[in-house]
Amino acid sequence: MTDIPPGGKPVSIEVIEESLYEVRRKIYPRSVSGLFARWRFILVFATQLLFYGLPWLSWNDRQAVLFDLVQRKFYIFGLVLWPQDVIYLTLLLILSALALFLFTAVAGRLFCGYACPQTVYTEIFMWIERKVEGDRFARIRLDGEEWPWGFHKWRLKITKHFLWLLIAFWTGFTFIGYFTPIETLGLSLLHFSLGPWQTFWLCFYSFATWGNAGFMREQVCKYMCPYARFQSVMVDKDTFLVTYDKVRGEPRGSRSKSTDHASLGLGDCVDCSICVQVCPTGIDIRDGLQYMCIGCGACIDACNQVMEKVNYPKGLIRYTTERAIEDKKSNQSAIRHILRPRVLIYTAFITVLASAFLFSLATRNPLRVDVMRDRGALAREVEGVRIENIYRIQIMNASEHPMKVRVKAVGLEDLMILNSQGKEIQDIEVAPASNQLMPIKVSTTIGTNESGNYPIHFDVTAQEIVGDKEVIRTRDEKSTFIIPR
Amino acid sequence: MSDFLSAGWSAYIALVTLVGIFWCIWLLFSQLKVKVKLKPDGDVADTGHVWDDDLRELNNPLPRWWMWMFLISCIFALVYLVLYPGLGSYPGILGYSTDGALMSSMTTANDELKPVYAKYVKMDIEQVAADPKAREMGQRLFLNSCAQCHGSDAGGGKGFPNLTDGDWLYGGSPENIKASITNGRGGVMPQFPQLDSNQIIDVANYVRSLSGLPVDNQKAARGATVFQANCVACHGPDAKGNIVIGAPNLTDKTWLYGSSEATIVETVTKGRMAMMPAQDKVLSPEKIQLLTAYVWGLSNNKQPAAAK
Repeated sequence: MTDIPPGGKPVSIEVIEESLYEVRRKIYPRSVSGLFARWRFILVFATQLLFYGLPWLSWNDRQAVLFDLVQRKFYIFGLVLWPQDVIYLTLLLILSALALFLFTAVAGRLFCGYACPQTVYTEIFMWIERKVEGDRFARIRLDGEEWPWGFHKWRLKITKHFLWLLIAFWTGFTFIGYFTPIETLGLSLLHFSLGPWQTFWLCFYSFATWGNAGFMREQVCKYMCPYARFQSVMVDKDTFLVTYDKVRGEPRGSRSKSTDHASLGLGDCVDCSICVQVCPTGIDIRDGLQYMCIGCGACIDACNQVMEKVNYPKGLIRYTTERAIEDKKSNQSAIRHILRPRVLIYTAFITVLASAFLFSLATRNPLRVDVMRDRGALAREVEGVRIENIYRIQIMNASEHPMKVRVKAVGLEDLMILNSQGKEIQDIEVAPASNQLMPIKVSTTIGTNESGNYPIHFDVTAQEIVGDKEVIRTRDEKSTFIIPR
Repeated sequence: MSDFLSAGWSAYIALVTLVGIFWCIWLLFSQLKVKVKLKPDGDVADTGHVWDDDLRELNNPLPRWWMWMFLISCIFALVYLVLYPGLGSYPGILGYSTDGALMSSMTTANDELKPVYAKYVKMDIEQVAADPKAREMGQRLFLNSCAQCHGSDAGGGKGFPNLTDGDWLYGGSPENIKASITNGRGGVMPQFPQLDSNQIIDVANYVRSLSGLPVDNQKAARGATVFQANCVACHGPDAKGNIVIGAPNLTDKTWLYGSSEATIVETVTKGRMAMMPAQDKVLSPEKIQLLTAYVWGLSNNKQPAAAK
C-alpha cells in the first residue's frame, strides 16, 4: 500500500492489489519492569504454583485433586463428585462467566493480561527466550539476515527450544496428572510403560504448550480466542482501560531535554516508541483502544520509566476510563463511576449464586436413590391375599464412608417390602463411593384399595459411619404402585 | 419416492463431495488477492464496496497460517475419503465400518472377560450357584436379559413363569434349566372347539378342585369325565403334568395364567401360546452357565421342593 502524502492534496483514485493473507510479523517484546510487570510475575508464579503443585497433594490416602474419568468420580479434597453432580460444574461455569463480566466491566481484560494460560505460558517462554537469546534488539539481530546460521546461533536456538520443550513436557505431564494418578503416571513414565492414550495426550498437551506459547502467542488472542472478542465488546465509557492520554500527549514529537516543550507546541509524548517495543501483541497503544490489546499494562510500566527520566509527571499511559479522558477528569472521579448499575447487578448475581453454590455444596447429600418400576409386568397376585409390584432400587453412596441403609415404602396402607428372595430386608450395607442395585417386591393387601395407579414414595434412611460418629442421611424417592383390575 | 440403492446415487454423492472439495480449493486460490482503492481524501484504503452510504469494506488480512490450515483441511478430507468410507459406496482402503468396529470391540471385550468366566465353566452348576461372585454376575445378567419378562425378582407374572417357587414346567434340574435358556421353549395349550361351553365350565371346576379350590361339586364331577377324555394326553391321568412337553401340573397352587373359573374357561376355550425365546444366539455359553446357576440357585437355596 502506498502512503498518501501528508498535506492531503487530492490525488486520483488509485487501485492496487493487496493480499488477503499476511505473513505473521514476529514480535520481539522488550523486557519491562514496574508495577504491572511485578503483578504479572506474582500471578504467573501463583497460578503455576497451584497448577504444578496441586496434583502432588494427597488427602485420605488418595490424590487430593483427581478427575477420574474411567471410574467417573471427581475428587476435590474432601469432596467426591459423581456425574450426577454436574450441576455444580454448570454453576461453577456460570459463576466464572459472571466474574469475567464483572472484571471486564470494571477494568477490561484483567483475565487476559494476568491469569490466562496463554499469557502465563507466553510470559514464561519469553522469560527463557530473554535469558538465552538476550533482549529485544539482541533477538532481532540474531534472527536478522546479517547473522548466519553458525555454531553460536544453533547453540542458542537449541538451548531455547530444549528449555521450552522441558517446560511444555512438564505442563503436559501435570495436566494428565489431574486425570490419572500422577505418582503412578510418573512411575510408568520412568519405566516407559505409559498407555497409548496417556502417551497421546502427553504429547498433545506438550506440543500445544510449546506451539502456543513459543510460536502462536498473540495470534491465539487475535484470531482464535472467543473471550478476547466478547470481552472487547463488554467495556463501556466507565471501564478502566490501558489508555494513552491523547489530550496530554499530542502532538507528539522528540525534543531536547533542555527546551520547554510547551513553547514548541508539543505534548508530553516524546515519541520514543518504547510503548510499542514492549507490547506483546505488537500494537501502538497511542492509536487508541484496539481489540488486540490484552490489557497487560507493559506500556504503562515502560512509559512511566521514560516520563521519570524526562521529568514529566507519570501516567501519560495509564489505567483510566474513556469518560475521564474526555471530560479531563481525574481518576478519583472515574473511581466514583465504578459503582454503576451494571457492576452492582453482576456483583449481586455473583453473591447470590456463590452463596447458593457453597450452601448446596456444604449440605450436599451423599446418599442418592433411584427407583425403577419393572415395566414388563404390571402387578401380580401373591397367594391370593396380596398384590405385588416389583421395583429395582439403586442406592448410591457418594461419600467416602460406609453406609447402612434402610428402605421404607409409604403412600398406601399396609405396604410391605421384601427382597427378591422374599425375605425381609435388613440394613443394606453400601460400601464407600459405590452403589448397590437390588430388586425388591412391594406388596399390599388385596381389596383395601380399588384398582388404579397410586403414587407411593420410598423413604430411604442411611447411617453414614464417619469414624465413631454416625450421620443420618435421608432421601425420598417417588414411584407408582399399580393395582390391576 | 425412489430409494437410494442404485449405483447412480453413489456416483452422484461422490461427485458432489469431490466437486465441493475442489471448489473450496479453487475458491481459496482465486481469492488470494483483493483490489483495494486508495482514497484521495483520507488515509484509509478500502475495497470500494460501500453500504448504507458510509459503511466501507476494508482489508484486514487474515494470517497466512490460516490459509494453510484451510488447505490442510482440504487435503485431510481427501486423504480421509481414500482411507475411510465416505465417497458414495466406496468402502475405503482401511475397510472400516461402524458395524465391524462394534463387532471387533465386542470380540475384544469377550476375550477380556474369558478369564473371568473360565473358572466357572469348569465347575458344576451347584458349585457355581454357591459362589457369591458368580451369583452377583448372574443377577446382573438376569436383570439385563431375563427381567423384562420374568421380573427383576424372577417372580414372573401372568404368562411368565415364576422362577423362584421350585415349580418347573420343563424340569428344575440344572440340565433342564440350561436347555430352556439355550434353546428356548414353546408351550402350547390347544383350543377345544369340540367342547361346548357347559363342558368347559365343568372341566374348569374339576381342575380347580384338584388344587383344593372351592367348586361346584356337581360340575366338577361332570368335568372329571371331560378331563379323562380330552386332557390326560398332555396333563396325565393324575393331572400332574409332563415336563417333557411343558404341560403344567394342575394339582399344585401355581397358576401361570390365573386360577379363577373365568380364566380357566378362557384357557380351555382359546388355548394358550407361551414362548421362551432361545438365547444361544444372544448369550455366550459362559453367560448361559452363570445364568443357569443363578436361576437354579433361586429356588434351590430355599429347597421348597423338599419341603412340599
